[in-house]
Amino acid sequence: MTTVEQTQNPEIKQAYDKRFQRIMDCVALKQPDRMPVALHATFWLAKYGGITYKELMYDYEKNMAIGERAVLEFEPDGVAPLFALTCMGRSLEAIGFKQLQWPGHGVGDSQPYQYLDREYMKPEEYDDFLFDPTGFYLQKYLPRVASAFEGIEDLPIFPGMHYLRLVNGIRPFSKPTVRKALENLMKAAEEVDRFATHSAMFNKRMNSLGYPLISAFHSVSPYDFVADYFRGATGMMKDLFRHKDKLLALLEKASVFLTRMTITNAKLSGVDIVMIPTHWAPDAFMSGKQFETFWWPTFRKMLIGLIDAGLIPMPLWEVDCTKRLEIIRDVPPGKCIYWFERTDMVKAFEVLGDVVALRGNLSPSLMTTGKPEEVDAAVKHLVDNVFNRGGKLILDCAFGLPDETPVENARAMFHAARKYAG
Amino acid sequence: MNEQERNLVEWLADMREEEATALANRMLLEEGADPVRVLELCREAMGVVGKRFEAGEYFLPELVLAGEMLENIGAVAKPLIKKKPGEEAKKLARVLIGTVHGDLHDIGKNIVSFMLDINGFEVRDIGVDVPVKTFLDEIRDYKPHVVGLSGFLTVAFDSMKETIAAIEDANLRREFKIMIGGGQIDETVRGYTGADAFGVNAVEAVALCKNWTGDGK
Repeated sequence: MTTVEQTQNPEIKQAYDKRFQRIMDCVALKQPDRMPVALHATFWLAKYGGITYKELMYDYEKNMAIGERAVLEFEPDGVAPLFALTCMGRSLEAIGFKQLQWPGHGVGDSQPYQYLDREYMKPEEYDDFLFDPTGFYLQKYLPRVASAFEGIEDLPIFPGMHYLRLVNGIRPFSKPTVRKALENLMKAAEEVDRFATHSAMFNKRMNSLGYPLISAFHSVSPYDFVADYFRGATGMMKDLFRHKDKLLALLEKASVFLTRMTITNAKLSGVDIVMIPTHWAPDAFMSGKQFETFWWPTFRKMLIGLIDAGLIPMPLWEVDCTKRLEIIRDVPPGKCIYWFERTDMVKAFEVLGDVVALRGNLSPSLMTTGKPEEVDAAVKHLVDNVFNRGGKLILDCAFGLPDETPVENARAMFHAARKYAG
Repeated sequence: MNEQERNLVEWLADMREEEATALANRMLLEEGADPVRVLELCREAMGVVGKRFEAGEYFLPELVLAGEMLENIGAVAKPLIKKKPGEEAKKLARVLIGTVHGDLHDIGKNIVSFMLDINGFEVRDIGVDVPVKTFLDEIRDYKPHVVGLSGFLTVAFDSMKETIAAIEDANLRREFKIMIGGGQIDETVRGYTGADAFGVNAVEAVALCKNWTGDGK
């Protein structure tokens, strides 16, 4: 989150600065003037705007208009990069993305994203990945996960090309497969550029209306990176026993390149808060010992790397992470926002309140099936038991507004936040 | 149980995969051990795994590896079994389980199936993204004692509600109990969908089934 030049109108600039300061006070563990509220949503915006999820995914103009309308109605203190989260249909199609189904592409026009959990890297490929990550990406991984890259595996192997070997070395660039891949990628990049331009426009527009972004670039923990995008869920769980040493080596390596990649992209985005959804950290998914061996050490290293680069990591601790609280306390105070999904927020505050700002966590079942007065009561509970007890809480739902949330429940959340905490 | 048999049970239960698999293969392929006995030992080991899971000592990774060890040994042992009619262990309580339409998540469902299986239930797993009509067809065909609806996404709330309503409309509801489970499921969702109960993990799913059917045997 950075102060933004384009908020020229003094009144709007003041509103922007106040909202920005509320979030930054929470991060710094100072009392804000009131409890900030964040707006994070994906396909809920389609419901709000009265269009299908598919239209939201593909129509840049409609998407931006609906996002803006929601922000102006709810006046959040921090806005998620709404456009980037929900308007990627054209770009995904352009690169032939294979790891996800999205509205209108594999699932119905008003059904949410479905991640395809598969083994995208075989267990015997650990050595290749460890020896030369870039080579592994080019020769194996990228063509597997996106069709625009198909053919790129015929590129020459660059290490070992030197001096006059360069002459013959570049010959693969004349292959039809490679030329086709390069053409496909250039074409896909044109769509991605249009998408990124619109996304930046949306974010700037939010700023110019007085609303700071609460995140722009999203990253991933080393463990989740390997589990979700390479080995698949069950493959990864078996690797804890079968390929322990190679897995640990890959996690170490990944923590370095993921940290570098995150710093570069977060700096480019102009927003210092980096959202990091976590998938495999929950209490039920592995033992405390496994968590402390495989999950936490390389993630902590990454958090420290991001903090040292002046960024504010915001992990979203998915599901219930109550048993992890004492372990994940081990970060420098006043540098992170911890967003909790199902972990009891009062308990999280009691363990972590002097170390991190907190975000969350009205339950999805309440938001989707409850009544506005029940939402009101749940907000009051968090205000009474966390914010008013000194917790630096940024109010949100467990993972942003669930897609099926009735609009009146979303209104009840923002209204109750103002009623009970400023 | 002799020492070799004790070793097999212990190594399987302790996740010593290489040693356990090598021993099982040696017993089956070189020493002519009774394949039914080897599978009994595997079940015994899985029972220990299940107990450790219930005690919070084991988690998903152990269940996944245990399931795979059982499958690998089963693949060697089962073709060696000379079946006599009616010799297979009879399981009385039947559980039909599937992920409701609109949702492709299956890890939780698979773990519940595995835990029910090692606890003596007969399980028919009808996969993910299961349409309402498929649930109805399978219920009529399988005549389960318990139906388990799984779902991870919030979109599953409505799919579960719709599936349960269709079961009621088809006059099938009286025949069995319905349990639901998945990442976001809680008492609020149970009430919303009309299910009989919900469980937050596989241990709770097994307990519900045992309670409803009298131990599953």
